[in-house]
Amino acid sequence: MSDQRMRITLKIWRQAGPQARGEFRTYRLDDVNPHMSFLEMLDVLNERLIAQGEDPVAFDHDCREGICGMCSLMINGQAHGPLKETTTCQLHMRHFRDGDTIVVEPWRARAFPIVKDLVVDRSAFDRIMAAGGYVSVNTGNAPEANTIPVPKDTAEKALDAAQCIGCGACVAACKNASAMLFVSAKVSHLKLMPQGHPERQRRVLRMVAQMDAEGFGGCTNTSECEAACPMGISVENIARLNREYLRAELCRES
Amino acid sequence: MFTVASEPLDGHVPEGPLPEKWDSYRDHLQLVSPNNKRKFEIIVVGTGLAGASAAASLAELGFNVKSFCIQDSPRRAHSIAAQGGINAAKNYPNDGDSVWRLFYDTIKGGDFRAREANVYRLAQISPKIIDHCVAQGIPFAREYGGLLANRSFGGALVSRTFYARGQTGQQLLLGAYGALLRQADRGQVRIYPRHEMLDLIVIDGRARGIVVRNLVTGAFSVHLAHAVLICTGGYGNVFYLSTNAKGCNVTATWRCHRRGAYFANPCFTQIHPTCIPRSGDYQSKLTLMSESLRNDGRVWVPKKPHDPRPPNEIPDEERDYFLERRYPAYGNMVPRDVASRAVKERCDAGYGVGPTGMAVYLDFRDAIRRDGIEVIRSKYGNLFDMYQKITGDDPYQVPMMIYPAVHYTMGGLWVDYALQSNLPGLFVLGEANFSDHGANRLGASALMQGLADGYFIAPYTVGDYLARSKPEAVDASHPAAQEALKEAQERIRRIQGVNGKRSADSIHRELGMLLWDKCGMSRSAKGLQEALEGVRALREEFWRNVRVVGLGEQLNQNLEHAGRVADFLEFAELMVLDALHRNESCGGHFREEYQTPDGEALRDDENFCYVAAWEFTGVGEPPVLHKEPLKFEAVPLQTRSYK
Repeated sequence: MSDQRMRITLKIWRQAGPQARGEFRTYRLDDVNPHMSFLEMLDVLNERLIAQGEDPVAFDHDCREGICGMCSLMINGQAHGPLKETTTCQLHMRHFRDGDTIVVEPWRARAFPIVKDLVVDRSAFDRIMAAGGYVSVNTGNAPEANTIPVPKDTAEKALDAAQCIGCGACVAACKNASAMLFVSAKVSHLKLMPQGHPERQRRVLRMVAQMDAEGFGGCTNTSECEAACPMGISVENIARLNREYLRAELCRES
Repeated sequence: MFTVASEPLDGHVPEGPLPEKWDSYRDHLQLVSPNNKRKFEIIVVGTGLAGASAAASLAELGFNVKSFCIQDSPRRAHSIAAQGGINAAKNYPNDGDSVWRLFYDTIKGGDFRAREANVYRLAQISPKIIDHCVAQGIPFAREYGGLLANRSFGGALVSRTFYARGQTGQQLLLGAYGALLRQADRGQVRIYPRHEMLDLIVIDGRARGIVVRNLVTGAFSVHLAHAVLICTGGYGNVFYLSTNAKGCNVTATWRCHRRGAYFANPCFTQIHPTCIPRSGDYQSKLTLMSESLRNDGRVWVPKKPHDPRPPNEIPDEERDYFLERRYPAYGNMVPRDVASRAVKERCDAGYGVGPTGMAVYLDFRDAIRRDGIEVIRSKYGNLFDMYQKITGDDPYQVPMMIYPAVHYTMGGLWVDYALQSNLPGLFVLGEANFSDHGANRLGASALMQGLADGYFIAPYTVGDYLARSKPEAVDASHPAAQEALKEAQERIRRIQGVNGKRSADSIHRELGMLLWDKCGMSRSAKGLQEALEGVRALREEFWRNVRVVGLGEQLNQNLEHAGRVADFLEFAELMVLDALHRNESCGGHFREEYQTPDGEALRDDENFCYVAAWEFTGVGEPPVLHKEPLKFEAVPLQTRSYK
């Protein structure tokens, strides 16, 4: 690994508030260490901006180990940047070249309004989850844990879906800003686990209705979501969601 | 430097034999009638495992709950990053586990500085947590027969850890988050994301509400309630570099402390042995590699100091598997404090590896040879991927390099058996309290404690408090509420008004380096004295020279951070003072003056077998030390050994 410092030009979307007009502004960094993470590079830029008395770039981040789902960023038009199955916080500058110009934008979707600069409001995801992303079990009510065996492969497949971090990259990557991958991950997880079965029908109908109410677009079947997903969540889950939805619609008692 | 209270502090532990205390406590609870529950408001600050589970469970009972978090969604709380697993005394593997053994391991692991009754209750509750989480549909690891799988963790000779790959915390938190949102959907919980608690409101000696700042609009508001639950995690970020999320902070607990809540054992901080070593001065955080890796990875350094050969070219007889050598009974599975000190000892002696010499190898070669690469991938795949992303090295091919880093804080706000602080109506759950881990926490016990507190303890004890105390109605015009509001606003204005030359981040970084140096893995009276002066000087520097850019009436992350750094600068002094006053070594608190000839921690049970609970008297003023004596009736005090 080389320790050669890199020169990077950043074109960053700056927008003072939800109603303000945004624009790209250009910043040059001449001393980027290739072992820095992308967010650490933005930290360095922000330290410089504060020293100059300029408003630092607002961006969401927290755990910086790829699991909290708080970081975002369209990097050169790709959600979470060029590396497969990697969040922005885990993307390191060694994957760019000396002299590169990098365009940094927020997630862009009607259902994710911009709060400031690169920060967006993803509370629509919480409202979708509140519509059914759980098993309705009160504390104290549970049977002994080994009462219902779950085949190992089923549990693994459920975890493949359940590991969604709710970052919204799937929405940002989709030309229709569809949230189908996000919704399908939760519906699949709870469909696969036997504990989720009693509420299957109600869950899928309510979550899909809330997804539509939030203004997310329809699925285009182009699988950009899967390509952008930092957890590698498969579009198979969308197929499963569609089956679950159809089944629930056909069985609907009205 | 401090004064000592004359009366000992009472933890309100129920009478009776240890195994019956919790049942007897619950049998004598006062209950709130179902119709009256809706008349009570409860505030829960923080939405990690403790906060989300408490808010959901209290709402299920019919209380009105307000839930606050600083992140954009309750699902982001830092419990999400817990990797390895959650302990429970299920004894599914039939390897000799029991409630007693989990209790015993935890007391011993904590180096006899935790309260027996709390720890026993934790062990008793642990199996129910697994039942509940499975009922929530959490996809725990399974055996081929479909039943739950277990693995081992440090400090235990049995396999009692339940897990979901290396993302157990994520799955448990998403379960609790789902439970919370279900109550939000029912209208029983109101959730306030991107809201930061900046003060506690105390009326007639009771906790009655909080002052919060909306981080998007900058607007302040007062929220009143009949009880306040603080579930805001630990203060590891006082060291700047830690495995905590960037947003983790001490503000909520410190603000409660300033309003009268005692802060207990702040010097008990956990340094985790297996983290990715730091790589440069721009570094913003450190990344943990789960302790579960020590099940299959072997820790070693070359026998020759400064050996320049790549690890795979060093033959076995020239490798020093120093944990296996020093601790043959537990080997690589010794508890975290013991492993961290052993790593530091080797590196300080010149045997460290990597570009800085501040790292040791964690090697999977033998496990891959034994079990095959696919088995190892299925157990640790996501951790190996994370390691490779950060370092660029492939741990399937070359050993990982690791070094200890700040990970968890055992200290926290003092609470009694009911998890209530000395301020009535203020309950503290999870990492934010001090209660269960003594001077060192065992792996896979943090998730267990957070969920025990939130699902199974607070719903009982908070109800009992409300039924007994019948707090009267108050409104936001109460002078105490208005005063707290004004103080919080004034403080933000003061920070903005300094208008100096240094960013809060640069001051925070300097504080962290000072504390890591003098109050980290190894401490001495001389170093701690220097740290006290250093912290005071930095605090002055902050209030003279900090620079915060941007407005207070919109999202302003550098203003948020500056407020948290200001609190860390006050808290750090107490942490150092606590470390200086505790003239013994125990668990994660290692004082160089107090060690055995072979370098192990030397406890002083005659003089320090107590919880140090500090009372605030003013910034820079000598605090009052309240001692809660620790009595060991079930497990006699003994030297902790893993040899």
